[in-house]
Amino acid sequence: MVNLITKIKDLELKNPVMTASGTSGFAEELNDFYDVSLLGAVLLKGITLHNRDGNLYPRMAETASGMLNAVGLQNKGVDYFIKHIYPRIKDYDTNLIANVNGSTVEDYIEVTEKINELPNISAIELNISCPNVKEGGMAFGISCPSAIAVTHEVRKVCSKTLIVKLSPNVTDIAEIAKAVEGQGADSVSLVNTFLGMAIDAEKRIPLLSTVTGGLSGPAIKPIALRMVWQVYNAVKIPVIGMGGIMNATDAIEFMLAGASAVQVGTAIFKDPFIPVQIVDGIENYLERHKLNSVSEIVGALQI
Amino acid sequence: MSKKEVRDFLIIENRPLNNSNFFIKLKSNENLPDLFPGQFVNIDIPEQNEVFLRRPFSIFEVDYNDNTISLIVKILGKGSKKLTEIGIGKTLNLVLPLGKGFTLPEKSDKVLLVGGGSGMAPMLFLAKKSGLLKGQVHLLIGARAHSDHIVLNEYAEYGHFFYATDDGTFGEKGYVTQHSVFKHSLSDYTKVYACGPLGMMKAVAAEAKSQNIFCEVSLENLMACGFGVCLCCIEPTTKGNLCVCTEGPVFNVNDLKW
Repeated sequence: MVNLITKIKDLELKNPVMTASGTSGFAEELNDFYDVSLLGAVLLKGITLHNRDGNLYPRMAETASGMLNAVGLQNKGVDYFIKHIYPRIKDYDTNLIANVNGSTVEDYIEVTEKINELPNISAIELNISCPNVKEGGMAFGISCPSAIAVTHEVRKVCSKTLIVKLSPNVTDIAEIAKAVEGQGADSVSLVNTFLGMAIDAEKRIPLLSTVTGGLSGPAIKPIALRMVWQVYNAVKIPVIGMGGIMNATDAIEFMLAGASAVQVGTAIFKDPFIPVQIVDGIENYLERHKLNSVSEIVGALQI
Repeated sequence: MSKKEVRDFLIIENRPLNNSNFFIKLKSNENLPDLFPGQFVNIDIPEQNEVFLRRPFSIFEVDYNDNTISLIVKILGKGSKKLTEIGIGKTLNLVLPLGKGFTLPEKSDKVLLVGGGSGMAPMLFLAKKSGLLKGQVHLLIGARAHSDHIVLNEYAEYGHFFYATDDGTFGEKGYVTQHSVFKHSLSDYTKVYACGPLGMMKAVAAEAKSQNIFCEVSLENLMACGFGVCLCCIEPTTKGNLCVCTEGPVFNVNDLKW
């Protein structure tokens, strides 16, 4: 038996496979297919202080080896989550991680304070990288001073494991990672989607109502992998890798590049069972390579 | 509701019905979950690098005796085109059952089912599943021309059929909403159901609403996942933005902001 237990600071995962926020609802939708306790963690859909209707339709465009989305953090707000959703999901036997969003630093603080009170939420992922909202979101994640400011304030009110989700839409992602590490982030997760766009040439119109949106899927994997590698070499805190992971081999590549755990996102749209298959595939890889623990492959890239 | 699953099916039929529509029959080697008219399946398109996401298709027929599902596939792009080219004996991977189906009529209802193009598929499934007498079910099917019409004689026992074509080459000339059944006798029906092009469904909905007749339509907004996690296929409703894949694809027109 190989050991798949993974630690992100004080957070213990039964295996290193998580889902990515915005691709697995509030865990219930995946639980309609299989028992979510098979997963290391489920990242819940992004939560904001107030109800958000999100962007106008169309919000999605298929692209080469991937897709663009412009959902815009549609959710019913943190109070609705606490009252109506949390009671239904709190007893799932996996780590539930809340993805916290805001238009202002005050928003982030208030949502974090409320989530922090929920005993069955294992950790908070601070999303400073959503490319689909007009105010806040990615704006916080693309400069060091704003990333520092929001992480600093949220850290003060967050007693749970704090993961900061980084945007790839920056010149130097390692610099941002170091900046949030300096403010007490327990981990960084990367990458969120790449800003992109798609056009209908015949109609001469954009395919998304917002013109631009976030690119995900296998198309972004090599860039995401490079960024995980750069961040792993720049920080001491655990790195959670994501970006186009479709199978166990992809996940292992991210771990070899330095990710302690991975998040599976867009692949879930293709097949909701992929995260579970990745858990099995990692186990199989470790057995084939005669390794006892998954921690042995983290950053084990030989150069 | 049945638990959702991802399952392989064998293609046992794949043949053209006319210029743009194909009939595809799929067989599972295990018992099928309960499937209702208006529900859909999401199909992974094999052997095609340019198609990343699955393609959703409404269920046309279900046979629990031999565990088969049939679909009517209209060629709209690369995904549907590829699907019609895959040979018998090959495997397709489906996610099912997805979505909420139509509200089944009650014994006393007289229903009008309006189908446009391949949108007739769930209408025929509903006619068959309604449990109503033939005289209580009227089907009004529209298409551009005679050559686009799918005529399935084996469905004659489930209702009375009326046809419309844009060019008048089959049935009455004009849109379904210009058909004499729709124009003059809509008030005879207690429930109206529609599936087809958006413009057609909006026209049907507007008339049914104005006469205060129960009306459900089936939407086909672009979706990535099909099971309520991507939040891409939203439709603005009186209850906010709802996912067509999980809260629909069938909606009562009174809930839509049309």
